[in-house]
Amino acid sequence: MAKTVLMQGNEACVEGALAAGMRFYAGYPITPSTEIAEVSALRLPQVGGKFIQMEDEIASIACAIGASVSGVKSMTATSGPGFSLKQENLGYACLAEIPLVVVDVQRSGPSTGLPTSPSQGDVMMAKWGTHGDHPMIAIAPSSVKECYELAIRCFNLSEKYRTPVLFLMDEIIGHLREGIEIPDKVEIVNRPTVVNPHPKRPAYAPTDDLIPAMAPFGKGQRYNITGLLHDESGFPTNDTEIAGALVTRLMKKIDNNYDDIVQVEETLMDDAKVAVFCFGGTARAAKSAVETARAKGIKCGMFRPITIWPFAEKELAKAMKGVKKIIVAEHNYGQLVNEVRRVVGPEKRIEFIGKVDGTVITPDEILAKIEEA
Amino acid sequence: MKVDMTNVSENTMNISDLIYKYMRIEHLPHIWCPGCGNGIILRAVAQAMENMKLERNKTVLVSGIGCSSRAAGYLDCNSIHTTHGRAIAYATGIKMAHPDYEVIVITGDGDASAIGGNHLIHAARRNIGLTVIVMNNNIYGMTGGQYSPTTPHREFGTTAPYGNIDQPFDIAKLAMGAGATFAARSTVYHAPQLAGIIEKGIRHKGFSVIDVTSICPTYYGRKNKKGSAVDMMRWQKENSIPVEKAKDMPEEELEGKLVVGVLRDKEAVEYSEEYSRLVDAVQGGIK
Repeated sequence: MAKTVLMQGNEACVEGALAAGMRFYAGYPITPSTEIAEVSALRLPQVGGKFIQMEDEIASIACAIGASVSGVKSMTATSGPGFSLKQENLGYACLAEIPLVVVDVQRSGPSTGLPTSPSQGDVMMAKWGTHGDHPMIAIAPSSVKECYELAIRCFNLSEKYRTPVLFLMDEIIGHLREGIEIPDKVEIVNRPTVVNPHPKRPAYAPTDDLIPAMAPFGKGQRYNITGLLHDESGFPTNDTEIAGALVTRLMKKIDNNYDDIVQVEETLMDDAKVAVFCFGGTARAAKSAVETARAKGIKCGMFRPITIWPFAEKELAKAMKGVKKIIVAEHNYGQLVNEVRRVVGPEKRIEFIGKVDGTVITPDEILAKIEEA
Repeated sequence: MKVDMTNVSENTMNISDLIYKYMRIEHLPHIWCPGCGNGIILRAVAQAMENMKLERNKTVLVSGIGCSSRAAGYLDCNSIHTTHGRAIAYATGIKMAHPDYEVIVITGDGDASAIGGNHLIHAARRNIGLTVIVMNNNIYGMTGGQYSPTTPHREFGTTAPYGNIDQPFDIAKLAMGAGATFAARSTVYHAPQLAGIIEKGIRHKGFSVIDVTSICPTYYGRKNKKGSAVDMMRWQKENSIPVEKAKDMPEEELEGKLVVGVLRDKEAVEYSEEYSRLVDAVQGGIK
């Protein structure tokens, strides 16, 4: 029977990861994500997994990728400054097609910023932080329950598509405590692999779904992994045709599966003339504002992308058709608002609420914008 | 140099057989310049694997970025060419996940002791069972000859056009200072003995560093008027002092010399096995 427990967001993230099969964690202490390392250190050996505190943020992601290459589901977690440091190796995991979950519990920036204050300032870095063209999946929870459930989803998508997945939490959700139900059973996806492979079988050979099936290190398929553009065997190449085809395949393996990856929540959007667009921790204030506005007779709804990247453009365009005014609320100087503008076009009225002072966006502030003529 | 060959196998396989057995021949010739010493070290790694009859399916070669780091891909094992400086951190994850795998890191002086210096000292401190082979050519070769942390004082690189004012690292000493339980130095001149030293490093339970002085006639040699590849190897021959002999020599006499051989070989608890014991204890405690 499912049991209900009181849990913190960061803790729920670890429990979800364990349920998904995480058996390795490498990390470095940083506020406000440190509890993820602490709970992992406590819980992993209990289930036969392993934890290591590395010497820095870069080593942490590198170490987690190393464990994943050997076939063990791995995770690392960090916050703003640490997320900046992890970017190069995040790109490595994209190109080398190594499943990995990277958690960023966002905090105020830039630089050291306000370490214990909420922010959603890493949204664009999540997409564009590592150099070069690369696919990226990022998911943002807005409750402790979702920290658990979506951590599982992060692992499943990462395994299915052989790509790193970002769990884009924020300080509000990471440090929030709520009661959640822990299910007895969860759906788990494991990476495509090959059993009894020929030693020379090309690890990166294309498949119909563009996702390579390769055995983990140590199972007899002796291949090369590199951060250089490579051929099907995994060996570096300067052949422009092969290089172009590789980067295109990486992009397409995610683009082609948009419908499987993208999730949104729409609340009271059916007849809405005013819509609040928000995600993560901010959605909690938005939901409260929308309910108050509805009680006052305003036809108002909320649109929340759960998947941040790829951006939910199809769903957003559809949902905003009959909407006269969109309020975009995010804890930054204006990041996803530009994506919303791109999707809905220049004619649609957009009101922006952004905060960069470390305080939270309140329901009243959103309500005021809803009521504004 | 005489290397203590007790518990070390004889080199029996000839070079041609070694290449066909251990190299990914479809990717040869390698990218290194004529006269580069890295090929000698690569051969010694293959020789050590053959001598030890290492199970290739359970052997992982990990490298970073630079001339040295192309070595991993030439060997028919599990090979991973990672990001600049991070090979030891990747290798740590692999060894933690599978303490039964033989994890060998091939790196360079810049990769291991500049951008990757932090990982080198912390892996040494943990005493995790990796074998780190440093192809130390005293220069950044891949990018065209910039001075590295092992470029000697007053010598030249493209970024030290007036002479290098930095003081160099001794990578073996650095690793020992950080707690490495096995450290050795050799040169590409001492090719026949190198496989034996590498074998000792691999057999050692714990963190091993083998600092191999390579030669880069293309950049380091040319910038510093060291002559041909043969001249550079002759210099290694004439300036290497076996560790046993060096013990009784005053420090001044050792200045500018290469003290070669096994510098340290001591037993200590290996990290990945220690963690496995921790898991057993925690699980036992819960039951």
